[in-house]
Amino acid sequence: MTITVQYFARLREDLGREGDQVTVTEGVGTVADVWMYLHREAPPPRLMAAVNQSHARLDTPVADGDEVAFFPPVTGG
Amino acid sequence: MGVRLIGEPFDPWDLVRKREQVLPMEKLGAASVFVGRMRDFNDDRDVRGMFLEHYPGMTERELERIVAEAESRWPSITCEVAHRIGAVDPADTLVLVAVWSAHRIAARDACAEILERLKHEATFWKRERLTDGSEQWVEKNTPGH
Repeated sequence: MTITVQYFARLREDLGREGDQVTVTEGVGTVADVWMYLHREAPPPRLMAAVNQSHARLDTPVADGDEVAFFPPVTGG
Repeated sequence: MGVRLIGEPFDPWDLVRKREQVLPMEKLGAASVFVGRMRDFNDDRDVRGMFLEHYPGMTERELERIVAEAESRWPSITCEVAHRIGAVDPADTLVLVAVWSAHRIAARDACAEILERLKHEATFWKRERLTDGSEQWVEKNTPGH
């Protein structure tokens, strides 16, 4: 299973990169799993996420080929 | 539905005027227009400029979804939504939400609903440039203001 991960705004700057690629065979079933797999720690408080450019929750399922994004609270308008 | 991201200064009233030239104004008894501009202060900070980051693709989809859901809730409305992206100076327009309807309540309520949902759901992030040259991300929108 391959998942493309993108980071935005302060999160991208804190991590020092725009994204990651996840390639796994098992154990990654949700958005939270993707974060844990990549960062080896629980998602930070107030983290927001999207799957395939729609807002998602940490327990939203992910599938092969998905685009997952992580970002801080939005501040538009 | 008109939804657009704009990477340079724009005149919100020009967008409103152009849209009204092609709308059946004899049927639209009410227009509610919100224009949001960049302040040169935030909390107790003097702000010299701002950068508006967005998520290309998702941001457009979110704005279209927010407007579509408002149009579904208030079927009589017609909307024009524009949001600035990129580098912004104080007094520049950041956001335009214009809603036309036959009657005032739908126009007014839909305009407020679209704006609030945009602020909480649309994927934009503000980075402020302060007077000392330093930059910082805005952590959250001011609640209830």
